[in-house]
Amino acid sequence: MTALAHDPRDRGGLQQPMLIARDLRKHFPVKGSGGKSVKAVDDVSFTVGKGETLGVVGESGCGKSTLARLMLHLVKPDAGELVFDGDPVALDPGIAVDALRRQVQMVFQDSYSSLNPRMPVRDSVAFGPFVQGKGKNEARHIARDMLGKVGLDPDAFGPRYPHELSGGQKQRVNIARALATGPRMVILDEPVSALDKSIEAQVLNLLRALKRQFNLTYVFISHDLNVVQYLSDRVLVMYLGRVVELGPIDAIFEQPLHPYTRALLASRPSMDPAHRIAQPPITGDPPNPIDPPSGCRFRTRCPFAERVCEMTDPALGPWQGRQSHTAACHMHNPGSGHSLAASG
Amino acid sequence: MTGYSSVIPAKAGIEDDAMPVAALDPRFRGGDGVTTTRPEPFFEEQAAPATRVRGYWQSVFYRLRHDPVTLVFAAIVLLIVLAAICAPLIAPFDPYKESIVGRLKPFGWRGHPLGTDELGRDMLSRLIYGGRVSLLMGVVPVLIASLVGGVLGVIGGFVGGRINTAIMRTMDVFYAFPSVLLAVAIAGAMGGGMANGMLALTLVFIPPMCRVAESATTQIRALDFIEAARASGARTTTIIRYHVLGNVLGPVFIYASSLVSVSILLASGLSFLGLGVRPPVPDWGLMLSTLRQSIYVVPFVCALPGLAIFITSICCNLVSDGLRAAMDVRM
Repeated sequence: MTALAHDPRDRGGLQQPMLIARDLRKHFPVKGSGGKSVKAVDDVSFTVGKGETLGVVGESGCGKSTLARLMLHLVKPDAGELVFDGDPVALDPGIAVDALRRQVQMVFQDSYSSLNPRMPVRDSVAFGPFVQGKGKNEARHIARDMLGKVGLDPDAFGPRYPHELSGGQKQRVNIARALATGPRMVILDEPVSALDKSIEAQVLNLLRALKRQFNLTYVFISHDLNVVQYLSDRVLVMYLGRVVELGPIDAIFEQPLHPYTRALLASRPSMDPAHRIAQPPITGDPPNPIDPPSGCRFRTRCPFAERVCEMTDPALGPWQGRQSHTAACHMHNPGSGHSLAASG
Repeated sequence: MTGYSSVIPAKAGIEDDAMPVAALDPRFRGGDGVTTTRPEPFFEEQAAPATRVRGYWQSVFYRLRHDPVTLVFAAIVLLIVLAAICAPLIAPFDPYKESIVGRLKPFGWRGHPLGTDELGRDMLSRLIYGGRVSLLMGVVPVLIASLVGGVLGVIGGFVGGRINTAIMRTMDVFYAFPSVLLAVAIAGAMGGGMANGMLALTLVFIPPMCRVAESATTQIRALDFIEAARASGARTTTIIRYHVLGNVLGPVFIYASSLVSVSILLASGLSFLGLGVRPPVPDWGLMLSTLRQSIYVVPFVCALPGLAIFITSICCNLVSDGLRAAMDVRM
């Protein structure tokens, strides 16, 4: 974590986390199902420290994108609390959603649909500063500046329309758009998933450079562990709307605790022909988030599942006293009654 | 580290962010316009030099200019419009001047190039003046309906939920009637006359217009750039103004242009039934109706108003098709 230059908007100081999420919950009601709902995000708690990059990983449909939208109040949480730099979000006293959006921005996954097709990209970038009260000329000036910062020549690319740009160029514009309002925290929702591998590396390097230049805090959402490893300080692993493991990047990659994290790590494709993965470490699709399994939600695909996993939902707990690395698994809770608990 | 280490440098391996990816792999060349020869800044994008930047409407006009069929029919429409506007200047006779002796005469009779009608009035002059009413009846209802239906559709589509359901179900009620029947019913209930005819046509066109605007808005609303605009703190009205209208205008405009010919036809139909313009005002539909009885006396003269309606509406339709093709730029 780099030392932060003083930001006049900084209220709590370095010790105060940028964002605290406490028991965030979002259930989407399913029409015509008689009151059932998709449990997209279920009691998720975490903190994002100032200047750090928190990686969020998980399979498709595990609630990553909903979590991203919850953090910006683009989706209103059903329950739980968000605290931004010491101020509760959308509460009085606290920070209003409008004010939150001046300090937190988002980069979307789909670079095609995230830019207005009928607007030159410089206007798309200028739109944020414009609606936040800057004059038209000043907003245009900021847009020029930001396009340059993301490596696009403002004169050559600014007047273009999105369909005249490549995927990587569009994603640069999206990054410029997010940064144009001068946020302190940026939520990156799969920003490189739709890009070629070579372009992906360029955009990731750009993100690192911008983070340093603007003292940003990132929440980086991805399903690609290699990408997360490259950029993140800490990782949050999600499964079916729950946090299953949360810890420093090195700890997660070297000593994954939760069977799901282990499976995710093992399922990364090997580039070494001598070490082919013969058997997929995890099979099948995740269960339906409308009716998640009782107890531990991973038990239906877990090779170590026992009766206790069916009975009780494991809480996110520290492992061997290390508060920074937590996992929600009975195997790591000595008193849980799981036969492997003692060895954990 | 397994996997993509050849492309994504491992964290430990790269401390200096300014080091280009290419430096790690000598085989790496180019990619997304990045030059490997310039070290600083490594992520600068190169503009393709030959591409001329062209805005949306510029590219639409460019395509139109290269579409001879649409241009020809647009010229015909323009000619008809000009003739209607300049009617007093180009009409050879007074369209209201009757003649007892010169009734129902064929083409070219005593200086009347297109003959005379059942009251001895000059057909050419009446056709030229009739174009005024027909075009007005074709354009005005569509314009008003686009405005009202468009606004309702955009509001419904963007706000969604109950408001949308309320608006669209109300439109469905109007949809349940065939459009001709609805126009006749409304015009009949309110009485004849040009203003009532226009009002009837406007009411007929609002529901389909609303539906087009609503479906376009619903599509746009689901896209990420709307969410991004909201994330930057924009109010709903601002988002609609800057991000929705520009994307909805195209489909609405195309649909409206195709409705013009329908409107001309329906207006003629109303006049034909005596629900539109009142005699002796020259109108193509009305002329067709009154000349009907004389079809065996001067068949070609009687067919002229029908021909005028046919030509005008088919030209409008073809121009509309050309516009649709030109505006279908991949965006």
